[in-house]
Amino acid sequence: MKYICLAYYDSETFASAPEADQQEMMDRCCEYDDQLRANGNFKGGEALQPPETATTLRYSNGRIVITDGPFAETKEQLGGILILEARDLNHAIEIISKHPGTKIGPWEVRPAADLSEIVRQSEVRRRAEKN
Amino acid sequence: MCAPPSFDIRTHLDAVYRAEAGRILSTLVRLLGDFNLAEDAMQEAFNAALHRWPAEGLPAKPRAWLISAGRFKAIDSIRRRVRLDAAHQQIADELNNSLPTTDQLDELPDDRLKLIFTCCHPILAPDAQAALTLREVCGLTTEEIAHAFLSSAPTIAQRIVRAKAKIRDERIPYQVPSGAELPERLGAVLAIVYLLFNEGYSASSGPSLTRVELSTEAIRLGRILLELMPEPEVTGLVALMLLHESRRTARVSQEGELVLLEHQDRASWNYDHIRDGIALVERALATRRFGPYTLQAAIAAVHAEAPRSEATDWKQICALYAALLSMQPSPVVELNRAVAVAMRDGPTAGLVLIDDLIARGELQDYYLVHAARADLHRRLGNKDQARLAYTQAQALTKSEPEQRYFATRLRELG
Repeated sequence: MKYICLAYYDSETFASAPEADQQEMMDRCCEYDDQLRANGNFKGGEALQPPETATTLRYSNGRIVITDGPFAETKEQLGGILILEARDLNHAIEIISKHPGTKIGPWEVRPAADLSEIVRQSEVRRRAEKN
Repeated sequence: MCAPPSFDIRTHLDAVYRAEAGRILSTLVRLLGDFNLAEDAMQEAFNAALHRWPAEGLPAKPRAWLISAGRFKAIDSIRRRVRLDAAHQQIADELNNSLPTTDQLDELPDDRLKLIFTCCHPILAPDAQAALTLREVCGLTTEEIAHAFLSSAPTIAQRIVRAKAKIRDERIPYQVPSGAELPERLGAVLAIVYLLFNEGYSASSGPSLTRVELSTEAIRLGRILLELMPEPEVTGLVALMLLHESRRTARVSQEGELVLLEHQDRASWNYDHIRDGIALVERALATRRFGPYTLQAAIAAVHAEAPRSEATDWKQICALYAALLSMQPSPVVELNRAVAVAMRDGPTAGLVLIDDLIARGELQDYYLVHAARADLHRRLGNKDQARLAYTQAQALTKSEPEQRYFATRLRELG
């Protein structure tokens, strides 16, 4: 099964840490990700630039409103996502518990939704619209 | 010997997992001496198989291949930790230098027993024992276990994580208990197997009367235990589960309603299960060291042997309940005996026993007491008392098919 793992961190605390510590953390994270790749558990993922680089789009009063910054103003911000292939939720939990990134913030592990049936039903509806 | 191109390796590996995970894990725990390390190693071995089997072809002995791969993965993983903790170097070296023989890579009879006894250790709560056993011994996923228990996957996942942490922190020894400890510990294991079976068979809450997968897993687990430890009560429990299971389709109508034993279509019973069940009961009884599971199985066997409901040997059933009661006094057994006595001597004799039970303050909130009283009053023509008792039973059960069953009985009374 696929699990989407969302890694949160406190960007201010991280940015104020000595550069050597930041690099050490990045090295350990990359090393662990490589290990996950070698085992076939890493199905994709990216680190995100800091939250101040975010642009939020919101549909409001019939148009899109664009604002600077992240959607939610909280201390802990999304720092990266990892798409994980694991046998079940406990396996995903075991893999993520060993991720060095857990030392700098909480991770949220959620199963990917299987939308194939919803997509199929939608296709049926859209075909009917055309006819 | 490459697999054909259409061969779906993932489906094949899932099947291998379900059939072999318990054996592979238990052997790896023996070889590595650590539950969590063994589980990681097994997962990595299955990952390796997913990548290598399509190219290299299926190994002749998939289980030995997976165990061997898991062992090497564990050595790798310990080596990676060495950088953080030099103490691991020695463990890795020892493992690497003591290359196991082919025999050691094979399962030893005790491996899976140790795993079962560890998962059912009394230090863990029964719901944790059940979840852990289903995942580690039966190879079910967290999500499948959650579905079977009508729970959420995060809830079950945390239960399993905490149970494993407890096994590690309390240093629960990975072994089959011996001597004086064995009977009690085996009793705890059998209780979990029977709990799983009943949860699947009577589904204590929710819309569906039976959840087949749990009962099937319980029987599979029971058969594994029987193969490894052919004790009389293990034999009796497997017989009991098979004899109940033989009536699974007959006890629910096409409309999803509960059908009582006396009204079941006996032609739709599973006579393969009945034959196996009866043979096991006889084997257990012959040891003369049997216990409550065997006696309950013997009662189920008497029912199974009756070609028609009217031909049931109630005299023998009453005698078996009396034996069960002397071995394991319990109000529920008393209730069952009262129903059997009513069949042997008439409804009034049964009512006397049930009313005595209630007068002693036993089982007042147990819906089946009221259901049994209602039925006996109905047979005596006491409509008002029957109506009152059916209403009490209906209010006390959480199972929707059972609630509908009592509603139907109430309508019939007018």
